[in-house]
Amino acid sequence: MGKKLLLEHINVPGIQSLEVYRKMGGYASVEKAIKTMSPDEIVEEVKKSGLRGRGGAGFPTGMKWSFLAKPAGIPRYLVCNADESEPGTFKDRYLMEKIPHALIEGMITSSFALGANTSYIYIRGEYFYVSRILERAIEEAYAAGWLGKNILGSGYDLDLYVQVGGGAYICGEETALLESLEGKRGNPRIKPPFPAVKGLYDSPTVVNNVETIAAVVPIVNHGGDEYAKIGIGKSTGTKLISAGGNINKPGVYEIELGVSVEEFIFSDEYCGGIPDGRKLKACVPGGSSVPILPADLLLKTSTGENRLMSYESLSEGGFATGSMLGSGGFIVYDERACIVRSTWNYSRFYHHESCGQCSPCREGTSWMEKILHRLEYGHGRSEDIDLLWDIQRKIEGNTICPLGDAAAWPVAAAIRHFRHEFEYHAKYPDKVKDIKHTPPPMPSRVTV
Amino acid sequence: MSNQTVKFSEEALAECHKIIKRYPSGKQKSALLPILHIAQAENDGWLSPATMDKVAEIIGIKSVEVYEVASFYSMYNLKPVGKCVLEVCRTVPCWLNGAEELVAYLEKKLNIKAGETTKDGMFTIKTVECLGSCGTAPMLQCGANYHENLTNEKTDALIEKLKAENTRKSYTDII
Repeated sequence: MGKKLLLEHINVPGIQSLEVYRKMGGYASVEKAIKTMSPDEIVEEVKKSGLRGRGGAGFPTGMKWSFLAKPAGIPRYLVCNADESEPGTFKDRYLMEKIPHALIEGMITSSFALGANTSYIYIRGEYFYVSRILERAIEEAYAAGWLGKNILGSGYDLDLYVQVGGGAYICGEETALLESLEGKRGNPRIKPPFPAVKGLYDSPTVVNNVETIAAVVPIVNHGGDEYAKIGIGKSTGTKLISAGGNINKPGVYEIELGVSVEEFIFSDEYCGGIPDGRKLKACVPGGSSVPILPADLLLKTSTGENRLMSYESLSEGGFATGSMLGSGGFIVYDERACIVRSTWNYSRFYHHESCGQCSPCREGTSWMEKILHRLEYGHGRSEDIDLLWDIQRKIEGNTICPLGDAAAWPVAAAIRHFRHEFEYHAKYPDKVKDIKHTPPPMPSRVTV
Repeated sequence: MSNQTVKFSEEALAECHKIIKRYPSGKQKSALLPILHIAQAENDGWLSPATMDKVAEIIGIKSVEVYEVASFYSMYNLKPVGKCVLEVCRTVPCWLNGAEELVAYLEKKLNIKAGETTKDGMFTIKTVECLGSCGTAPMLQCGANYHENLTNEKTDALIEKLKAENTRKSYTDII
C-alpha cells in the first residue's frame, strides 16, 4: 500500500463534518502555520516539497507563490481552481465531496502564506451540489473561528467564498477563470501580465488547483523535506489519479508518484485490469489533452524502460513516443475501441469548448471535427489524414491560451500512433459508416 | 423589451443580495453567474430577455452584459426546456462505457431526439460534454443530481421516479 496524504481518512464515517475532521487531526496545519510560522517560511516549505501544480501543467507551486507581487495597500487574492473539466478527470470532485474540510484547511493555510484576506473557490457550475457541501463546511469553519476575523487570536482575517461557474471548459484556464469570476465571458487574457501581478480585479492573485491546495496541508504539517521524500525524482509526493474507461475498478486512487503504469492498470490495488480479459489497446494517461499512447509505448518507453506514473517518465521520449501526466485523468481503451471515433469525439469537445477568440483554434477545431466526422461516417478521403495533420500543426502554439494545443495534441498523437486506422476508414468507407463502438478487427499497429 | 412576467421570490431576491455582498465594492458584476442560476431556477428553467433584464437591474449592470454572458455558458438555457432536462455526458470516458447507447435508449423511450422536449413538457434530452463523472459512466445530470452507472433498468426507474415527482429540477436544488 502506498502512502496516503490526501485520502487517508476518506472512509472515516462523518469525515465531511468539522467535528470528525478535527478528531482525525484536521486543521493542525492552520494552527502550526498561524502560531509558529511566518508566511515566507510556509512558502519556503512548499518550495522544498517540490510540489507541482496538480491541475495539469505541473508548474512548481512554491515558485508560482514566490512570483506573487506584494505592492503595499493593494489586496492579494488566492483563487482555487475547482473548475475540473478536463475529460477523464474527476479527482477534485471526489475530494471536495468526500472530505471538504481538506480543501478549506488548505485554503486557510495557503491564504495566510500569501497574505490574502479574501479567497474564492471557483467551482464548475455542474458541481452545484458540491458547492453546497463546501458552503456547509465553510459555515462550520466560520462558527469554530477558523475563518473570519482575528483567526486564532493572531490578528489575521480571512473570508472564503464559493463561486459557481456556468458551464465552460475554458474557465479551467486561469485567466479565463478570473474573467468568469469577474462576471464576464470566459475569454483567456493575454499574458503578460500574469495573474501574480495583475489577476482578480487587477490585483496580485494566485490560482491553484484543488488538489494542489489540499497538498499544502501535509506539507506544512510534516515539512517540505518529508513530502519530497515521497515519489521519484522531481515528481514528489502523492497524486490523485482519476481512473476510467475500460477497466475493472474505475475510481480515484492516491498513488505515490513512481508506481509503474503496468501495476497501476493491472494490480487489484488500483484499476484491477481490463474487463472480460480483453486486451489493453491504448491509454490517455493525463486527461483528454495529452497524447494517446498505444499499449506497448504506455507500458515501456521507447528505450525499453518500465513506464512509471511520474511527470518525467510519462513524458519520456517527447511526443514522438511519450505523453504527459497532466491532470491524472487516466482513460484506458480496450481492444474494441475505434481510435478514429475517439479522436472525433475529442475534436467535437474542443470545438464546443473553444472560446472563439483566436482564429486558429476557433476555425481549426471546427475543421478537425468536420473532417474526423466524415472519416468516421464513411465520407472520408485519403488526403484527409494529411490535412488533419496540417491543421493541428497550425493550431499548436498559435493561440492565446493552451486550449489550442490541447485540441491539437490528441489529433496529432492519434495519427502518429494509429495512422493505419485512419487509412482504413478512408479506404473502406462502406465498412465504417454504420459502425459505432465496435469496429471490425483492425490491422495491427504499424510503427510510423 | 419583452413583456413576459419575471418571477423572483423574496427568498431568491434575498439570496441574490447576499451573493452581491461577497465582492469588493464596485465589483458586483462578479455576482452575475450565480444570480443567473437563481434566475433560471425561478423562471421555468430558462432565461428570457425579460428575465435577463431583471438580473441586470438587480446587479446594476447593462442588459447586454448579461446577454453576452448567458449566451457564452452552456448551463444557461435561452429557450424553454422541459421540467426535467436529462443532460447526458457523451465525452470519451462515457462513450467508452455506453453513452451513445444511453442516448439512443432515451430517444427511443421518450420518442424524441436529443435537443428536443417531450410534448407534455416533461423531459428534454440534452447531450453535454464531460461532467467529471468518468469513473461512474455512463451517466446523466438532471438538475443538481448526478445519476451514475446507468443501465437500461436504472434509466427506466429514473424516468418513472421523475414522472411521479412531476417537479421542475434545477441546479440550485438542495439535495
